This record gives sequence, C-alpha cells and structure tokens, in this order.
Amino acid sequence: MTGQIPLVQYLVLGDRPHLVALECTSCGAHYFDRRNACAGCFATEFRETPVATEGILRAFTIVAHAAPGIPVPFVAGVVDCDGTSVRGNVINCPPDPEHVQLGMKLRLATYSLGPDKDGTEAIGFGFEPIDATNGDAA
Amino acid sequence: MSASDDIWILGIHMTKFGKHPDLDTVDLGATAIQGALADAGVTMRDIGIMAAGNLMGRGGIGQALQKQVGQTGIPVYNVSNACATGATALRTAIMAVKAGEVKMGLAVGVEKLAGAGLLGGGTKADDGDTWKPSGRFGAVAPTDGRIGTETMPGVFAQIGMEYGHKYGGTSFELFARISEKNHSHSTLNPLAAYSKAMPLEQIMNDVMIAYPNTRPMCSANCDGAAAAVVTNGATLKTLSLEQQRRAVKVSASVLTTDPWEEACQVLPNVNTLTRNAARQAYEQAGVSPADLDLVELHDCFATAELVHYDNLMLCDEGGAVDFFLSGAPWRDGRLPVNVSGGLQSKGHPISATGIANIWEVCQHLRHECGDRQIADAKVGLAHVIGLGSACGVHILERSAA
Repeated sequence: MTGQIPLVQYLVLGDRPHLVALECTSCGAHYFDRRNACAGCFATEFRETPVATEGILRAFTIVAHAAPGIPVPFVAGVVDCDGTSVRGNVINCPPDPEHVQLGMKLRLATYSLGPDKDGTEAIGFGFEPIDATNGDAA
Repeated sequence: MSASDDIWILGIHMTKFGKHPDLDTVDLGATAIQGALADAGVTMRDIGIMAAGNLMGRGGIGQALQKQVGQTGIPVYNVSNACATGATALRTAIMAVKAGEVKMGLAVGVEKLAGAGLLGGGTKADDGDTWKPSGRFGAVAPTDGRIGTETMPGVFAQIGMEYGHKYGGTSFELFARISEKNHSHSTLNPLAAYSKAMPLEQIMNDVMIAYPNTRPMCSANCDGAAAAVVTNGATLKTLSLEQQRRAVKVSASVLTTDPWEEACQVLPNVNTLTRNAARQAYEQAGVSPADLDLVELHDCFATAELVHYDNLMLCDEGGAVDFFLSGAPWRDGRLPVNVSGGLQSKGHPISATGIANIWEVCQHLRHECGDRQIADAKVGLAHVIGLGSACGVHILERSAA
C-alpha cells in the first residue's frame, strides 16, 4: 500500500498543503510540538489553527558546515507567517546572499523525501520565493 | 569598608586556554582550584561548599576534583547549564554564602574540548527504513538540515541576522569587523588559545561555517578551567589587609532563563533573558552601563556580540551597529568589550567560560592585568549565555580597601 506521510505532524498535506499550530485557547500562543501546558500562561487547552502559507523572511543563515550526511549549503531561516514564526529552509532558490535576503516574501512549498520500504512517500516543506525576481533584487 | 553580607571574590584563577594533551579534565580542574585557593590565601579546609561544572564528562566532576585537591566532606553541587555552567557554579557558591550557611565557597568549571568540531547538530541520525512519526513534533525523519539548522554557528548567525532585519545596518563585513576587534585584543592575552591578529580580509575569506559566520568568527573549541573562591564581608574583615585589598566585590550576581515570547521556541531568544539579567544586575549593583570600565560578554559568535551590546544596554535600543562603528568597544574606546580576545580567540571551554570571564574582569580591577590592563578600571561586567537558555550576569567592583 502506498501513500504519503508528512515529515512532521504539523504539516497538513492535500490539495492545499499548510502548517497547523496548536493555539492556546486562553492566551492565543502558538506551538508546533506536543504540549503539556502553555509556556506563556500555563493553560492546558489547545485548538488546531491553520498557519498562513505566506510570510516574510525574518532571519536566515546559509549553513556550509553541518553534520556528515546533511547536504550543504542550505538556507535555514525563520519566516514570519502573519504573526506566527515558523522555522524552515528557504528552498527553490540559490543558497547565496545575493538571492536570499532579509524581508523577502516567501510561500510554503513541499517536496518529496522519497519512499520508505513499504512505498510510503514522506513529504517535507520549505519556503520558496514568491516572486522569482524578488530574490534577484540587489 | 562594606556590609558584612556583601559577597567578595577572594581568589580566582584560570588556566591557559588551548590544547592540553597531557592534562585530563581532573588535572585541569585541580590546577584551577589550587590556583584559586593560593590566590585567595586559603586552603580546602576553609571551604564550606563546592559547585562544579563540566559538560563533556560523565558527571561527578566535583567529587573527582575533591579526590585530587582535598576531601573534607563538604557538599558538592555538580551543575549543568550549557555555556552558562561556570556562571551557574559561581552563582551556586554565592547563594550558599549569601544564605549564611557557609563562610566560603568554591566554584570551578572545566572542559576538554580541543578538536571537538561542530557543536549542536554535530551528528546526523539516520533515516529509518520506515517513515514512522516519533518525538514531540511527530517527525518521520531527522529534521536537522530539513527544517532549519541545529548547529550553534547557524543558530547564532540567525540571531545576528534577525537583529539586522529589525534595526538595519548589519552586513557580513560588519560582523567580521567585530571578530577583527576581538582577534586584535587577543594579541595581549598570553592565556588565550589563539593570540594572532587577523586582518578583516583574512577573516572574511576564511572557511564559511554558517553565513555570515566564518571560522574565525566562531568561538574556539579548546581545553581550559577556571575556579573562584567567594566569601562574605564579615569573613573578609577577619583576613589580612592584603587579602582585603585584592578582594573584588561582587556587586551583582544574577541568573535568568528565557521567558515565553512569540517565536522563542522557533529560534532561541537570547535577547530578553540577557536584558532581564542586565536590568536586575544594574539595579542590584546600583550602577548604570555608563559606570562600566570594561565588559566581557558572550561572543560565542561574532553575530552574538552585536546583539549583546544592545541587550546589556551598552547602547540605546537598536543602536548596536552605531555603538560598534563608533569604536566604543575597542580597548582604547569608550567602553572596552572583550579585551581578553573573547571566545573567538581566547577560546570557549564551555564550563570554564563563565568563571574565566570573571577572572578577566578581576585582573583588571586588581590592576594585575599587565600589558592589556584597562587603566584605572573600577567596575566591570561579565556575561554568559547558555543556549536553552540561561544567562548569567555579574557586576564586579574594585575593593576600596
């Protein structure tokens, strides 16, 4: 049997792939991991909420040295998705400081990590430039 | 001369940082302890509590050290707080003295890190043969390199870039210039792991680790240890005039963790907990940033030094770039920062760092710093960050005796 599985639980696949956050019903804080309580207000009720699929690159680095087996260079960054900060790689963009710039507009994009032994395909996510010319701006 | 419950550094010592192939962790830690005791003019018999830090070993470093320098039966607290481990050990000893449980405490931090390579995300877990969710994110495969980076140079690169996004004015060259300053400072420090000046071009053209941090812009993994003896004002008054003259007052001792804020679990926020620690420290000490004669701050990467000018309030909010460009943090500037050479050249044997930076400030306040003495230094600040996070800030003042 074949199918797809997201790299992480907070990635929702389908026609419109997007991320979901756990939102604290008390203070509105957003989280991506399994929660015991809200780190901000200690409440224990959460609801799933979709995260905007477009955002602004707020911080990045171009990693040239990583653990053996991790392909380099790659761009790691933090994307402000309409108020929710998301960690992710900048993909579909040359990994150099001429093409990757603070403040650039990005959108969520998915890619395949390949099938496992049962044929299930894992799907990862990153963020790609919305406008190809955006990344080329000096 | 002072309140009886004031806290004083009675003696302090750091080993040379660098490669010590012939000394093991215990040898290095013991050397630092014996140096601190001799500097303090006391013995292990005088010490009521010991706090010890070492991250790379198998635990129990405090007891292992006692077996080499003196087993007197006192309590040992083995502490661990990432790169803030040394400051945590010192703070533990200070709290015990301040609580009145002991008259003297000993803090030590030691690490063997020479040749350790990349820290954080240094090993890649293999993909399994079946995509199966596990862990708190329900990940079916390792995420380092797929969802951002876990390497320290990469994390701190983003922290510097984030500052640039918020306030502007940063560039690869600016961060490299910060590194140029610290490497230049290190030429006067015989205990630094690396003490060669590096021209800006050389720094920028060196091996890129995580843009914008090249290799010389990253803290140097090395071996080293540091230890300190602390006491209270009442006890100090019973000691010799020479001990009183050389003692350095701990005007503030603060440890904080990162309070929750949006994004703090996405990219570590090293800013707010540093700002909180600094604010508390200035208030405790009754001094302002303008009163400081020197600062040793946690430049684990060139990108980190920039943000801490702001976090420690050495400049106006958002003004770190201008502060640096004004020349202020150079050793002949208005407020010298990292005259030791900082972690980028002095080196960063993790658990030793949070005591070694106190040693540097003490040497200046005691006017025993030789060629790199900051003239007439009276007040200094030492800062460390351990990612995760913990922040230690100590403000130190020269004895009035």
